[in-house]
Parts: sequence; structure tokens; C-alpha cells
Amino acid sequence: MSKKQPNILEHELVPKHEILSPEEALEVLKELNIKPYQLPWISINDPVVKAIGARPGDIIRIIRKSPTAGETIAYRYVAVDTVKPKKKGA
Amino acid sequence: MPITTKISSIKFGILSPDEIRKMSVTTIMTSEVYDNDGAPIDGGVMDRRLGPIEPREICPVCGNTRDSCPGHFGRIELARPVIHVSFVKHIHMYLKTTCRACGRIKISETERQKYLELLKNLEELGIRYLEKRLFEYIRRKAAAAQKCPHCGAKQYKIRLEKPHTFYEDRGEEGQTKLSPIEIRARLEKIPDDDVRLLGGDPVDARPEWMVLTVLPVPPRAVRPSILLETGIRSEDDLTHKLVDIIRINNRLREHIETGAPNAIIEEEWELLQYHVTTYFDNEVPGISPAKHRSGKILKGIAQRLKGKEGRFRGNLSGKRVDFSARTVISPDPNLSINEVGVPIDIAKILTVPERVTPWNIDELRRYVLNGPEKWPGANYVIKPDGRKINLKYVDRKALAESLAPGFIVERHLKDGDIVLFNRQPSLHRISIMAHVARILPYKTFRLNLLVCPPYNADFDGDEMNLHVPQSEEARAEARLLMLVEKHILTPRYGGPIIGGLQDYISGAFLLTNKSTLLTREDVIDLLGVANYRGRLPEPAILKPGPYWTGKQLISLFIPKDFNYKRPAKIASASALRCIDEDCPHDSLVIIKRGEFLIGVLDKASIGREEPESFIHWLVKEYGEDMARLFMDYVYRMFLRYSEKHGFTMGYTNLLLPPEAKEHIRRIIEEKKKEVYELIDKYRRGELEPRPGRTLEETLEDEIIDLLSKKLLDDVADAITPYFTLTNPVIIMARTGARGNPVNLTQMAALLGQQTIRGRRIVRGYFNRTLPHFKPGDLGPEARGFVAHGFVDGLNPIEMFFHAAAGREGLTDTAVRTSQSGYMQRRLINALQDLRVEYDGTVRLPTGEIVQFRYGEDGVDPMKSDHGESVKIERVIEKIIGWRI
Repeated sequence: MSKKQPNILEHELVPKHEILSPEEALEVLKELNIKPYQLPWISINDPVVKAIGARPGDIIRIIRKSPTAGETIAYRYVAVDTVKPKKKGA
Repeated sequence: MPITTKISSIKFGILSPDEIRKMSVTTIMTSEVYDNDGAPIDGGVMDRRLGPIEPREICPVCGNTRDSCPGHFGRIELARPVIHVSFVKHIHMYLKTTCRACGRIKISETERQKYLELLKNLEELGIRYLEKRLFEYIRRKAAAAQKCPHCGAKQYKIRLEKPHTFYEDRGEEGQTKLSPIEIRARLEKIPDDDVRLLGGDPVDARPEWMVLTVLPVPPRAVRPSILLETGIRSEDDLTHKLVDIIRINNRLREHIETGAPNAIIEEEWELLQYHVTTYFDNEVPGISPAKHRSGKILKGIAQRLKGKEGRFRGNLSGKRVDFSARTVISPDPNLSINEVGVPIDIAKILTVPERVTPWNIDELRRYVLNGPEKWPGANYVIKPDGRKINLKYVDRKALAESLAPGFIVERHLKDGDIVLFNRQPSLHRISIMAHVARILPYKTFRLNLLVCPPYNADFDGDEMNLHVPQSEEARAEARLLMLVEKHILTPRYGGPIIGGLQDYISGAFLLTNKSTLLTREDVIDLLGVANYRGRLPEPAILKPGPYWTGKQLISLFIPKDFNYKRPAKIASASALRCIDEDCPHDSLVIIKRGEFLIGVLDKASIGREEPESFIHWLVKEYGEDMARLFMDYVYRMFLRYSEKHGFTMGYTNLLLPPEAKEHIRRIIEEKKKEVYELIDKYRRGELEPRPGRTLEETLEDEIIDLLSKKLLDDVADAITPYFTLTNPVIIMARTGARGNPVNLTQMAALLGQQTIRGRRIVRGYFNRTLPHFKPGDLGPEARGFVAHGFVDGLNPIEMFFHAAAGREGLTDTAVRTSQSGYMQRRLINALQDLRVEYDGTVRLPTGEIVQFRYGEDGVDPMKSDHGESVKIERVIEKIIGWRI
């Protein structure tokens, strides 16, 4: 266990995540004509969610590189896990 | 019919004793079922009040007959309560989390209020998915308490002994068994709010209802008795089980009333519990399943519902259907690809309902007159009042006379009817396609060879199913969506899945070959097969007489604005490759403005699963109807030419001259010598191990390298000069019709090293494969090297090794199919409700988004070019291809 944690946001395999402002979020929801819970969920324990400091109820925009579509945008709704996550190690 | 009501939700609950009594029409008290006359006894399990089962029997409860009476429940009042096995886990949870004295949840009052508030908030906020986690937390917390926070009573550990016995661990006092009465008493004491906190539902599933005091007896129709031919009645398993329950229940009650010793009562109580448990589920782990006298295991209620043949998967998700047929399939290249030959005997049984109109009345009269025996006839007539008349038993002349618009005639299947055709396993959507029926003599379904690949069919005894759509809507859907030509392109990547195979390819190659010259008679024959209507083209050769080339014939069928340039399959052999037009091998296909200029047609142009091929662009650019006609007519011409040519292959086509055999023998000797040198080196300990491998592994690896790859390559190089493109075997291998160069070496020269799991064959006796060898022999022959080909024949030892290696492939496929089948089932169950909405998103029916754009790029793979939405090169070729 090294104390120096690399910044996962800088890793090339981690796509860009950004927290939407309430106005932006509302716009996205209106665009898709859905309620927040109908978005795919992302766990509050997800390493990237923790790194960018998102809170339950936030909506995250993920901008990914895609071999077929160039760049794609996806949204995630930050949610608390239904089942308590298992402690790693030990 | 339009759906006027919608189910908004379904809720499951547990029947309370009150409900069971309320819905029951009688108590069932006696274990006797029938009296001496065979009539059901009142108060027995076949009591008439449970619903009529004989035709014209009137229900004494509701006055309906068998068809309209839904059946009624009875009940058995249990002498002592018993636990319902399906709920033991829940009971265990309730016992653990609540106080044994006061019945309240073992959480302090302040916390209790806090959690109740939290639960209410979760509900109001509409985030019920979090409830599960809260319940789990509360349960864990409540179960851990040693003392009741409300009354202060000391708590003990509750242990569940499977399947349905609870023990309380009272410290020094030892373990005490909890009787169902005690358990029920404890569950009764739990307040409603506490049930809620533990994830229960106090309205529809009070915990004490999980301990049965009264047992519902299902209607007779649920457990019908069958009358055997001998006149003996055979009862359903559930009836047997209910009789058992009643018998033991009565005995138990009697013993309780007469004050029998406690031990006897305990024993009978336990027996009652056993019978009730196995009545619900006869596969509970931990107890022996209840059996018939014959030793056959009885079916409990759970067994009726569970598994592949259970109520859900067997009767609700899958049903047996009418208007279907199944028989052996056989090939018929003269049918269109979208046709299916239906035997006349089948056509006389499958019917299509047709409504009588002024326009079809004469025709339908004729069918009615023909009746059920003569094709094309009819089997039934449905009058406007809904009465169905069987034409077998009526005066058909009179009926045909009285036929009027508004009648419906169920006429025989005839030519041109649309039917669905299917071969199991139905792994993808093209396993079921719509075909146009063609009524033919004999007894097999006939289909065009080109549609074998989508069904994965061959004619070694395969059977297929046929269904006749019965409504106009279904027929329209089948015609528009399911017809064979709509599936020439696969939705997997947009390439053609239907296309030339085997003889079609060798035939096409022979026809378009440079050396093929056709006389006038040949041309007329071939074009006749292809249904060509029009003038003959100018012959390519005028002296010494008029001769046509195969390419000319093909050109007649290519649209006049079609350009195409691509190497043929035969160009994949470097010796036959063409870089540009100026080339003797004729292996570059060029079509300019619909004129087939040079090249030969083979698998790369007309074959199936060849994306960006001639046939692919034809389907894509000129539509499926054009493609279908092309496949029907031109492909038939390929076969015709193959027949005219007399294309065949025999043993002699594989024989090698003696000098070639000698050459092969020398190569084999040389390689064997190298192997022996390696072995010697290993024995002397001079072999260097490869990184990460042991010495033995290194030796084996190098021997396999030597004997399989290098040897076969050398031999292949040695024999290729003896086989030219005039040899039918080579024609098939090079054009992609059948076989490959490896097969050729295997037949003409030798099979080479046989392997199991990538290793030389080592299993058998100690240190040797067969008793013909000395122990420890590492030589090629002793470890499965086969030095002969199929032409020479294998010796017995070689044959054994070949069979051993062949077995591996068979077991692999057997394992693979079962595994992929189950994976397929799971995938389909997970994905079946997804759909692409009009905004391009992929959603569940409830609106949850799965993908924000279908496949990230919104491209329909069926309409794409190998996943790309547009192939620029083809667009250019299409437009200016005639110039380059």
C-alpha cells in the first residue's frame, strides 16, 4: 500500500466526467423527457465519482472517445448503493 | 380487441386463516374419497362442491357447468399448526429480531421512531430502492441485541434446523425446541409498525400467517383424476397428498381429544408437518421426498411451477399451437429462395380462413365442393352466426350453394399462401422466416439450397416446422418483415448471409472461366434455365462458328449502371494473383456499366458471408427483390452449367506420381531424423529449455513444431506443382466452394502429427500409448504421428491415433453447444424488453435509459457496411467506376 495515489482522472482510460449544474441537469432531463432515476446509475463509491466530489442526486456527464462514433456523451445519476459494498482486502 | 384496462401493479401476499375460511365452501374432514358406488363423498377431497369436472355436471355452489365454473376451494382445519416451508427463512428472521417475551422489535424506542420516519421519507421521496438496505441494517441491528430494550427480557439465540425446526439456545438450560404453537404466538405479538420496519407487510402478509392453522384445498379441476382403460381411477399426486394430510390430521385430533401420551402426539404432529411440507414442495433439502407406493416421487405444488416443463416456462411462456406442421426437409434448387414446398397431404390439413366476398365466392364455392379430401378444398365453413360446419359430414353441394358474403371458409393451403418456416434451435431471428407456399407431391418440405445457412439446415434427416398465420394482420406482417429476401443481409454486420455455396461457386467459376466457350444450344439452355426473355447477345467469337463466353451471359443480368472491381477468391493464392487488368490468371473481377469484362466469379463475388462482394452491392443497391430474382435465376444457371460441364471429383484426382511420393517420403524421413536428433540431444542433456518451460515441455514443443507446422508446409509446397486449376479438387479449394489446401495435403500426402489439447498423444499405458511400443519411446510413431494420407490409407495404429484426436473435437462441440445455449437464454431474458425509441435512445418499457444513442453511433448494422454507416470507396466506385 503506497501512500502516493495516482490521480485516476489523468489516466488515459478514464473518460472525462463532469458534474452538471442544476440548470444543465434540468435541461438534459427535459431533452430526454425523463425523471432522474431513469438515467443509468453510478455508485457514489465509484472511484471517479469520489475523485470529482459528486454527491447523491447529482447528474454526471461522461464524454467518451468511441471508435465508431468519434465522441459520445452519456449521463449518470449518482446513487447510493442498494447493497452495502463489501470491504476490500482483509 | 383493444385493451381497455391496464394492470398497473401486482402485489403478492399471504392468505390469512380468515381469508382461507372465507373462500372455502366446505371443510374437508374425511380421508375417504369415493363411496362404494364410486360417487365422491361429501367432506372428502373430491367433494362435489369443489367444482364440477364431468361434462354437464352442475356445480352445487354456483350452478354453472364445468366450462363456466371456476372451481371452489375447500379447507382442512389442522389439529395443530404447522410451519409453511416456503417461509422458514422469514420466520427465522422475525424470531431473531423481535423480543421473545413482548414481541416488539429489539430496537430502542427513539431509534425505532427514527427509522419509521426514515422509511416514510424514503417512500415519499420515491427512492424505495434504498429501503432494502435500510431493512437489512435494521434486521442486523435488532438481531444482535441480547436484551429487549422495551421489557428487559433476556434474549436467546434462535437456531434453524433445516428444513423447519427451530431451537432456542437457552444457555445453561440447553437447547429447547420451539413448537409451531409457540412460534405462532410470538409472531402474533409483533406490532404492525415493527413488521414494517423489518421489511414486512402487516396488511397482506402478517408474520403469523406463515404458520398454518388451516390449509386450503384446491378445486378438483386443479387435480383431476384420470380414468384408466381398465376402469380404475387414478388420482392426481396432490389428491394423494391431501388424503395423507387429512388422515394424519384426523388421527392427531383424536389422540389430542382422548388425551394420548405426549410422545405420540409429538410424533404425529411431526408427521403432519412432513406431509404439509411435501405437499407444498417435495424437493426440500434435508427431508426424504414423499413417494408413491411404486417408488415414484410425488409432484408437490412447487414442482408444478418450477423449471423448464413447469407452469411458467412450459405453459405460459411456451405453448403448443394449431395450424403447424413438421416433417423432414429435402433440397429443391428449382424453387425460389422464398418458397417452401409443402406436401399435398399437409396442405389438406393446414387451413387459411378466408372471408367470402363477391369477388372470391366462385372460387371458394369450388373449394367447398371439393371438401376436405380433395386438394384444393376446404375443411370448415363458419357461418355469420359463428357456427362452425365440418365439411366432412354435410351435403357440400347444398352448402356451397348457400355460401354468401360474410361466411368464412377455412380453405386448404394453396400456392402463394404465406407461411412461417422454422428450424430449431431458433438462435436468431433468421431461424424463423416467412416463405411462400408451393404445394408439391411427396412427403417432405422442400427448400432452396441457398436458404440452408440461415437455418443451419442440411438434409441428413433434419426436420423443420411450418406455421400458417391466421389473420390478415399476421400475414401482412410476415410478408413485410419476415420474408426470406428481407433477410439476405444479416443484422450482425450488414453482409449477405444468404449467398452462393458449394456447387453454385464451382459452377460460377467454370461458367465464367476464360476457357469456357458456349455454343448457341448451350446459351439457349442456360438462359432458359435463368428465365431470360430477350435477344441473344452478339457472340464473342464468330469464326469458326458463333461462340459465347460465360461472362456475356452474366452481363445480361447485371444492371446497366453497375460498376465493380475486386480480386476473386482464387487471387488469394499468390501464384494466381492479378495486380491489374493485364494478367493471364483472370483473377481480378471488373464489371463496368453492367458489362462483365474480366475475372471469374467465385466465393469472393457471389459467396455467402462475403461483405463488400458483388452480391452484397447488388442487394444493397438494387433492393432485395432484384437480389432474390438474381439468386433464383442466375444461381440456377451456375448449377446448370456445373451439370453440363459434368463437374465431379474422384479418387484419381488425388493421386500423385511416384516421384512426388518419393519426394514426400524424403521430407518425412528428414523431419523424423531431426526429431531423433532432438531426442538424442535431450537424452544427453544438451537441450536448452525455453524460457518458462521445463526441459520435457521444450522437447515436446519443438517436436510438434517440426512435425506439424514445418513438415506440412514443406509437403504442401512439394505437392502443389502436381495440382493445377484444371483439377476439380483444386477448383473447389481455390474458389472457396469446399475444402482448403490443408485438406488436400491430408488426402493426397499425409495427416501429420495428431494432437490432444495441443500436445502429442501420451495417454494410454505407463510411459507408452499402445503396447506396440517400448516404454519411454519418444519417437514420432509412438506419439501419434500419421505418415499416410487418406489416399494411401492409414495403418491400424495411425487410425487409432487419428480417432483419438478426432474425439477431442466432438467433445468440444458437445460442451460448447450446451454452454452457449444457456448463455443465450440468459442474454435473451435480460435484453428482450429493450427497444430503440424514436429519439434514438435505447430504453426499457418503463422509460429507463440503457444507451443514450443506439450502439453509441445510432447505426443500424443491417444497413451498414461492416458497422460503418457509409463506405466512401464504394460510393466513388459506383459513380465513376466505369472510368477507372
